Amino acid sequence: MSLMKITKLAVALLAVCPLAVSAQQPQSEQGSAQPATQPAPAQQAPPAEKAAVTPNRNAPMESHIGKYTGHSAAGKQLYYRYCWGCHGFRGDGNGENGPYLNILPRNFVAATFKCRSTPTGTLPLDQDLYNSLVRGLNNSNMPSWITLTSQNRADLIAFIKTFSPRWQTEKAGDPINVPAEPALTLQSIKHGQELFQKLECWKCHGQEGRGDGPSASTLTDSNDQPIRPYNFAAGSRFKCGVTNSDLYKIFLTGVDGTPMPSFGDVVKPEEAWDLVHYLRTLQVNKKSPELTLWMSTSEGAAIVSAQKITGTPTGSGIKQ
Amino acid sequence: MRYKQIISAAFLLTGVAAMSFAGPPKPAGGSVSGKVTYEGTPAKQKPIDMSKEPSCAKQYTTPPTTETVVTGPGNSLADVVVYISAGAPDEPPPSQAVTFDQKGCRYTPHVLAFQTNQELKVVNDDQTSHNIHPLAKINHEWNKSQPPGTPPLSEKFAQAEFIPVKCNVHPWMHGNFAVLKNSHYAVSSREDGSFTLPNLPAGKYTVTAWHESYGTQTQDVTISGSETKSVNFVFKAKPY
Repeated sequence: MSLMKITKLAVALLAVCPLAVSAQQPQSEQGSAQPATQPAPAQQAPPAEKAAVTPNRNAPMESHIGKYTGHSAAGKQLYYRYCWGCHGFRGDGNGENGPYLNILPRNFVAATFKCRSTPTGTLPLDQDLYNSLVRGLNNSNMPSWITLTSQNRADLIAFIKTFSPRWQTEKAGDPINVPAEPALTLQSIKHGQELFQKLECWKCHGQEGRGDGPSASTLTDSNDQPIRPYNFAAGSRFKCGVTNSDLYKIFLTGVDGTPMPSFGDVVKPEEAWDLVHYLRTLQVNKKSPELTLWMSTSEGAAIVSAQKITGTPTGSGIKQ
Repeated sequence: MRYKQIISAAFLLTGVAAMSFAGPPKPAGGSVSGKVTYEGTPAKQKPIDMSKEPSCAKQYTTPPTTETVVTGPGNSLADVVVYISAGAPDEPPPSQAVTFDQKGCRYTPHVLAFQTNQELKVVNDDQTSHNIHPLAKINHEWNKSQPPGTPPLSEKFAQAEFIPVKCNVHPWMHGNFAVLKNSHYAVSSREDGSFTLPNLPAGKYTVTAWHESYGTQTQDVTISGSETKSVNFVFKAKPY
């Protein structure tokens, strides 16, 4: 057990350790914009008529996050210092550390992103990518980059947008509408409970939200790697944020690249808040107004205490 | 069993009918037709265990099998997409939609061919939730839930691509979209592996046949006048 912990720690350290990266990039200050081993097409300008058809991989990109404007030229320096160890030289997720990570690093060439406020299949907003950098992705090796400045993060977002031509040929999706959260009522929680059954969330997340539903052990992500559904009982942060409106967006936009689908076409906005309220009560080890209200009823208290007793908060009950 | 045959025959007929109406009307041209067969021993298809989804399992008296290789009498190979990969211009999409049905926790048809930007309707005829997850690499990957009783999803794909489709809730569900640039295509039939590519004006073409397990083969043909050229494909079957 302790050996496993050490291994995990080592992997996590590798993932964030800039040492190996900077050792291989001694010239980055002098070398300016182009790292030494940049593939050939950088120097040779393609013929004009071709350039119109094929998006130019070296075209400068910008990102706009609040008052910050990020520039890819500045982001490049940061990327080849902090990010490429995992995300790879070409941004394809095949960095040196990539193969050792459980949940492989994001492939920026494919431009499929988990945390979006935009519908499934569309590009995320700059702000969505920025938020992922700020908080990191929980239950993966992606750390929080809160140690960088806001300008640094904006620059990095601009740079990772140079890896896929999609950023030049299409716009980000229209963010979904998140109406104001209605007042919390017992009725809302109960309706959410019905939705949880009707939408068959339990097929993967389990009846008690422990991530142990009948399909849980068979799930793979789009890299064909095994992946587990979120375990509500463990109560950890969601991958895509901590607030109720983050939770709202997660199931209405889906987590692209994973088995978690979008329910945007099948759940009405007002119903979605009911589901949010119910999902909070499944986080039996995390205090929330929803859980408190739910436990104030005899029915809810009975359910929650039963869930706590049978709990295996790590989700280790899954037979793989 | 007979019921299933009738259903698949009906699908085939509607498929052929839809195809002959597809695309703008053209002067009568030639066509390419032929048969797809295999040599060797194809992989044995495994029975699917649907016990985790009783509402689907009860629809079958004997468990259905996987469909990675579907064969017919006389060594014929079904579900092969045959299309013109070079020589024909790209065409705008036909106004008719194609339908991809989820029934008995399986996809019908198993291989669905249609054109870029053509409307694709995804229907859930089951009493359980499915999620439709096309694992596109050139087009955009998306993943949508479709609980029972919800209206059909309407989708399109802008780029030509062979896209595997899966349902994460029911891991045995596996199908294919073939998104093609022109209307000259066919999927080899489950009866005898035959296909016909209609409405081909005189000219030189490259005909490509794609099978989900056995890859692609190409042949060049030249059509003069309104002749029907015979083109046959033989795939090497692997027993594993």
